[in-house]
Amino acid sequence: MRVGVLGLQGAVREHAASLSRLDIESCVVKRPEELDGVDGLILPGGESTTMSLLADGDFLGRLRAKAETGYPMFGTCAGMILLAREVDGRPSEAIGAIDIAVERNASGRQVDSFEATLDVEGIGDLFRAIFIRAPYIVRSGPDVTPMAWYDGSAVMARERNVLVCSFHPELTDDVRIHRYFVDMIEEGSQGRRLEG
Amino acid sequence: MAEKGTYRVKSGLAEMLKGGVIMDVTTADQARIAEAAGAVAVMALERVPADIRAQGGVARMADPTKVKEILGAVSIPVMAKVRIGHFAEAQVLQELGVDYIDESEVLTPADPAYHVNKWDFTVPFVCGARNLGEACRRLAEGAAMIRTKGEPGTGNVIEAVRHMRLMNEQIRAVLAAPAEELMTMAKELGAPYQMLLAIRDSGRLPVVNFAAGGIATPADAAMMMQLGCDGIFVGSGVFKSTDPENRASAIVRATTHYDDPKIIAEVSSGLGEAMSGIVIEEIPEHELMQTRGT
Repeated sequence: MRVGVLGLQGAVREHAASLSRLDIESCVVKRPEELDGVDGLILPGGESTTMSLLADGDFLGRLRAKAETGYPMFGTCAGMILLAREVDGRPSEAIGAIDIAVERNASGRQVDSFEATLDVEGIGDLFRAIFIRAPYIVRSGPDVTPMAWYDGSAVMARERNVLVCSFHPELTDDVRIHRYFVDMIEEGSQGRRLEG
Repeated sequence: MAEKGTYRVKSGLAEMLKGGVIMDVTTADQARIAEAAGAVAVMALERVPADIRAQGGVARMADPTKVKEILGAVSIPVMAKVRIGHFAEAQVLQELGVDYIDESEVLTPADPAYHVNKWDFTVPFVCGARNLGEACRRLAEGAAMIRTKGEPGTGNVIEAVRHMRLMNEQIRAVLAAPAEELMTMAKELGAPYQMLLAIRDSGRLPVVNFAAGGIATPADAAMMMQLGCDGIFVGSGVFKSTDPENRASAIVRATTHYDDPKIIAEVSSGLGEAMSGIVIEEIPEHELMQTRGT
């Protein structure tokens, strides 16, 4: 298995390091054609406005089409914003692969950024979660499963092949969430083999 | 319980800026141009370094009214500069809600001997460094991000290159040295011993290191990225050029695709005049900014 990390900007090497702790091979994806060589894609934290400008229409369209075929994607923070269907009350022009609405910088400016301990449904308890100018999930569709909450807002969710969280598991040594995503990729490829 | 201002939260924001460009802006309009061009953050200041250099006088923290305008104009992080050692200016910027403070040699130093004790703050700090010793001293004072000093306001990349190469060389030496040589190395570098241990633990500088001071073209940005910088600060380079919008987005693309000469060639074409530069040897020694606050 090879997992791609969208490498336009942001915390790319941290995700690669988390994957390598799990003995999973990773590579940086900067161009649409590089998507073909990887079994799933992590969209890292960074600045969502910058990343969506750097990914031109072609790249975003390709990601959208991939997501519809069941291709596994995992977005953290800015990556979650790129994957959300609605951002700050407007339909997303990025990928829109998960039926959630997010509010950008919902946790406030940097002086309000924080660490907190969370339990994640279906994965485990006591995650040290790092929130940096974090977006929150303010609405989620009927097929979306919220997996973690902070201060009354959902901060992690999954809809089929798409996983998102507001915080940064890649900034800690805890790889349980990355392990969960790797399992999603494995389940997905088994599922596709069975259908085929 | 939420814990704010931890070192992981401070250095974590810098990690999120990696591979991006941070642009100096003096007005809300410039901040919007920078954001639309793909900047990952803006640096609010009263005058860009080239103007500070040309006009002289004491350069201070920007007017809070201006900082607030810029904070209100964009959704990307807003940084702002304080004079070296001026902890009260830093308190003001923290109160205004800026996302990062640059304790910067571009402004006139406020303290002849000491930097700000950055551990006292919730807001994170970035500081300039010419070598590993300076970088480690700033980190030990609580900085959560480092940038080369270069020579600001010159449009001349040579000093940023010098500082980055020296820092890389010194880091390689720390990583290669047998343990018994480390203390002497710490003494010679003027670096706290514990910081050298931290470098050996992580195999690199433990925080993000951006290039700054003289970057004016997409190729400058690509060169600094290939030398191992994590991202780029552009000071006067954007808004002192003839076509800020296009130059800004060209530098952003060049920073992402720094290893792809085809893209660098494409984005470098038809950008108009870069800022007019200054040869370092023509600057009188007392006007150099990089030797402030070491």
